[in-house]
Amino acid sequence: MKKLIAPVIIVVVILLLYFVVPKPLEFSPVTSTIILSLIGLALVAMLILTIAGKMIGRRTVFIFIAVALTLPFMMNFKMPIRITPEVQSLYDALEQLPAGSKVLAAYDFDPPSAPELQPMADAFMTYAFKKDLRVIIMGLWPQGPQQAQLSIEAALEDKEVAAKNLQYGVDYVNLGFQAGNEFVIQRMGSAFRGMFARDSKDTPYDDIPLLKGVENFSNIDFVMNFSAGKPGTQEWVQIAVDRFGVTLGAGNTAVQAPGMYPFLKGGQLVGLLGGMSGGAEFELVTGEPGKAAGFMLSQSCAHVVVIAFILIGNVAMLLARKKK
Amino acid sequence: MKREIPLIITFIAGTVFVVAYFVPHSPFNRAESLFNDWFAILAAFAIWLGALNLLKICALKVSRRSKDWYLGFVIIVGFFVTVAVGAYDGVVGLSNVPATAFRDPGTNFDWIYRNVYTPLSATMFAMLAFFVASASYRAFRARNFQATLLLLAGFLVMLGRVPVGDLITGFLPPAYQMSQWATWIMDFPQTAGQRAIMIGIALGIISTSLRVILGIERSRLEGE
Repeated sequence: MKKLIAPVIIVVVILLLYFVVPKPLEFSPVTSTIILSLIGLALVAMLILTIAGKMIGRRTVFIFIAVALTLPFMMNFKMPIRITPEVQSLYDALEQLPAGSKVLAAYDFDPPSAPELQPMADAFMTYAFKKDLRVIIMGLWPQGPQQAQLSIEAALEDKEVAAKNLQYGVDYVNLGFQAGNEFVIQRMGSAFRGMFARDSKDTPYDDIPLLKGVENFSNIDFVMNFSAGKPGTQEWVQIAVDRFGVTLGAGNTAVQAPGMYPFLKGGQLVGLLGGMSGGAEFELVTGEPGKAAGFMLSQSCAHVVVIAFILIGNVAMLLARKKK
Repeated sequence: MKREIPLIITFIAGTVFVVAYFVPHSPFNRAESLFNDWFAILAAFAIWLGALNLLKICALKVSRRSKDWYLGFVIIVGFFVTVAVGAYDGVVGLSNVPATAFRDPGTNFDWIYRNVYTPLSATMFAMLAFFVASASYRAFRARNFQATLLLLAGFLVMLGRVPVGDLITGFLPPAYQMSQWATWIMDFPQTAGQRAIMIGIALGIISTSLRVILGIERSRLEGE
């Protein structure tokens, strides 16, 4: 019975939040400041308790992370977001593409990484459609093309994009998933048709107007890869860039992004969106602050809380050493 | 022959890929395309193999009433329900004008993907935040100089990559604010470390690949 208490409380709180609390719920700046101050004070109290020799339990850490992550979603603080050089260079490279350029968007991620990658992918798709780029979508991950569908829907919600009355097969096409990891990229270097005989709607390759004249990478102006692992950006760099000379930009999870810096510094990647903050920067640089920019306060709070807990843990270690 | 045939196939395929990289002309480029197609077909079968293996493991778990057997039951039911719904949508979609695919928006399969699969898998991944925080609190200690250095670099990057870093150091000139420190760490020490790791891995891959192509490394065959 004891085991059931916590899940039942969580379910009741969620139901209350869903049915009772008015939506959209947004704290006033004063309430937000009070909540953030309380979180800060509680952390100080924990530090004092640790110095007094009382260690914090695992559950307390979990509760703090939950509070630090969720409550900021309901706060409307504008935070200054600085554009990093890697995001700026990606934007600059995209800006140089003339209208009608063919862009290959490779969605190599699935729903677990979507909270981090989907906002930047949506921002990219909206930007591409606004700029009249022709987008060819594919995925080396089975769920990638479905995530791309979500991006298309998000982009079509934009009034400017909706007014363009974009047509499937003419302005964008979804080639779907193809098994084979980096070998798919390698084969596409000689013939796209070899790997994607039909699109995700089962239309033959040659019947798709957008793909007329698209034989291989030499007919593609830019490749944008959203990746959460392998196969992903590294494989695109190794084969599409190094072997076939494509221009590549990438959006990666924050965990994966540091591994891409050698490619970025070596000029194999023209730009990189690293994690949610990279997505937020891209939204800002394209002039369309969206989900990722809105999540920055939540991420900031979570980072501060994690750092605070690491400091508290180290204080406890130092005190224990002193006692010895 | 059971051992020789896989060794011969490995040697031919491996050599063709290596040669075609440096000599992308006929007949190597054609052979490479052929092997790429074969690989895509094999990879597609591997997905099926993975799914069937999962079903086998779960079915055994359920039949033996092993620990948490009901989770295996949920997987089996989820698998067959999703496959059945996808197949149904696919067949119905053929009669639509224009024809629709089973993954298209508005299909039952798409509903499962958006409302069951997506939230469940995102939840699993989101739990990492809690475990990372807890593990950092318990294990991330400045025990020596190197660990302290790592800790400091971690703090700077964690704060510098989110807007709060620049808020904290807002009193400094823009060139010295936290985001600039984070950028410096990412651009220089971090990139240098990544390059070293990458070169090491690449050398390892080259030597292992050569051993596999030349048939020196045979552990993949019959568990040798």
